[in-house]
Amino acid sequence: MRRIALICGKEIGTYLSSPMAYIVSAIFIALSGASFTTYLAQTSYSDTSIRGFLETGQLLILLFSALLTMRLISEERKLGTWELLLTAPVREYEIVLGKFFSSLLVLVGMLILTLYFPLLLLIFGDPDTGPILTSYLGLFLLGSASVAIGIFASSLTPNQIVSAVVAGGILFGLWFLGMVGSLIPEPLGEILSYFSLSEHFPGFVRGVVDTRDLVYYLSVTAVFLFLSVRSIETERWR
Amino acid sequence: MITVEHLSKTYGERLAVDDISFKIEQGEIVGFLGPNGAGKTTTMRAITGYLMPTEGEVWVADCNMRKDPLKARQHIGYLPETIPLYTDMTTRAYLKFAARLRGLDSKITQRRIDEVVDVCQLQEYCDVLTGKLSKGFRQRVGLAQAIIHDPDVLILDEPTVGIDPLQVVQTKEMIKELGRKRTILLSTHILPEVSLICERVIIINQGKIVAEDSIDNLSKFLNTRKQLRLRINGPAEQVIERLSKIEALLEVNYQEPYYLLEFEKSKQPQAEVNQVLAQEGWTLFAMEEIEMSLEEIFVKLTRDSEEEL
Repeated sequence: MRRIALICGKEIGTYLSSPMAYIVSAIFIALSGASFTTYLAQTSYSDTSIRGFLETGQLLILLFSALLTMRLISEERKLGTWELLLTAPVREYEIVLGKFFSSLLVLVGMLILTLYFPLLLLIFGDPDTGPILTSYLGLFLLGSASVAIGIFASSLTPNQIVSAVVAGGILFGLWFLGMVGSLIPEPLGEILSYFSLSEHFPGFVRGVVDTRDLVYYLSVTAVFLFLSVRSIETERWR
Repeated sequence: MITVEHLSKTYGERLAVDDISFKIEQGEIVGFLGPNGAGKTTTMRAITGYLMPTEGEVWVADCNMRKDPLKARQHIGYLPETIPLYTDMTTRAYLKFAARLRGLDSKITQRRIDEVVDVCQLQEYCDVLTGKLSKGFRQRVGLAQAIIHDPDVLILDEPTVGIDPLQVVQTKEMIKELGRKRTILLSTHILPEVSLICERVIIINQGKIVAEDSIDNLSKFLNTRKQLRLRINGPAEQVIERLSKIEALLEVNYQEPYYLLEFEKSKQPQAEVNQVLAQEGWTLFAMEEIEMSLEEIFVKLTRDSEEEL
C-alpha cells in the first residue's frame, strides 16, 4: 500500500510539473463547456441537464485517457528508469496500481473542474439532480476503464506515440463495437454490444445505476490492469 | 554473497548467456570483463532480478532470486548501463524517491541522502534537475541512488563509460572506498580500470566464462613466455634475420622502434642477445623484460575461446 502511494505520488508530481495535464484539462473543459452550452441553447434552455456535456465528454474521456497514460510506462522504458523500478523491492502490481491511481486522480480532477456546469444549472434552473449524480459516476467508471486500457497499451511499447495509438485503437474499437453489435443478428449482436464501452453509459445518463453496467466497467478496469501486470511480468522472461 | 549457478538466457533464438556459474564472496570486488555483446549486461540483469534466467539460479545474500525476489532485491544496489534518472526531478527529490522505493522511512531517508550526497560529492547539485546534469554527475547521482539503502551488494554496469579522465579517477576512488565493506561486481571493457580496482576478474566471451581468477594469478598463469623489448641501431631486416638465429627465440616482431623477442619463461637469453649484437657491431640502446599486460591476456583469451568454437 505504501509503495502504491509512493509511485502514485511520484506520477502526480510528474503530471503537475509537465504541461500535458494542464493542456489536456484546459481543452477538456473548453470543449465540454462548449458542448454543454450549445445543447442548452438548442433546447432553448428548456432541458436543464448536462446531456450536452456528456455527449462530448464521454468521447473526450476516451481520447484524453489515451494521452494521459501514454507516457506512464513507455517513458520509463525509454529513460531506463524502468530498470530502477523493476530491480527495486516493489511488486509489479504495485507499480501498475500506483500509475493507475495517479492518472485516475488527474481524470477525477478534470471531472471536478466541470462541476460548475451542474452548479450553473442549480443556480439558474431546476435540474433533476439524480441523473447528474449518476452521470458523474458513469464518467468516473468510464474513465477508470479507459485509463486501465491506456496503461496496458503503455506497458507494451517504449514508444509513447505507439502507446497512444494502440490505446486509442482499443478504446474507440470497444466504443463502436456497440454500433456493430446493433447491425448483427442476435445472439452474436447482443454479445458484441455487451462488450462495448458505449452500451453501458446511457443507463447512467438516464439516472439508472444498473449492476450490469457497474460490473462491466469495473471488470474492464480489472482485466486491463491484470493484463498490464502480466505484460510486465512476461517482459522479465523474454 | 552472490552465487550464480548454470545461468543461461536466450532472447528468442539468440543465446546471450550460456551456462555460466560463479561465486562472489562477501567483501570482494570483482571485475566482469568481456567484449561488447559478450553477455555482461544480461548476466548482471539476471543477478539484479530485472530479467529472469531461462535456466539456472541466482542467489544474492542467501535469497533465491526466483523464489524470494523482493528480499533478494533489497540487498542489491544497481547502477544500470543507462543511468536511470527521472530527468524532471531534482537530485534530492530523485534520491528521496529511490530511498523510499527501497522502503526506508522518512527519517532514515533524510540521513542517508545527506550521507550519499557527501560520498558522491553532489552537495552543489542537490537542487538541480537531474536532466540538466553533465554525464559525469549523472553517473554520480546514479551511484548515489545505488547506495542509498546501504546495500551489501553493488552491481555496477560500466560505471566509468563516457566520463572525462579526471572523473574516472574520482569514480574509481569512490568505488574502492565503497568496496571496503561491500561486495561489488562491476563490468567494463576497459582493462586498466580492472587492475586498479578489482581483486579478481571474470572474463566472459560469447556468453561463456573463459577465465576466472585473481589478476596476479591470471597474468602468472598465462605468462609461460617472457618478452624482451629492445631498441637497436641497425638495419631492421638484417637485425631480424640475425636475431632469428638465436636458438631459444620463439618469435620476433618489429614494431617501430622496438623489437619484441619472445622466449620461454625459463630461459635467460639476455647475454646471448648482447653477444650477437656486439658481433654485428649494432648498438643496443635499451633492453628490458616486459610483463604481458592485461590487454594482451584479454585479447589472447577471447581469441582462443573464439577459435575453439
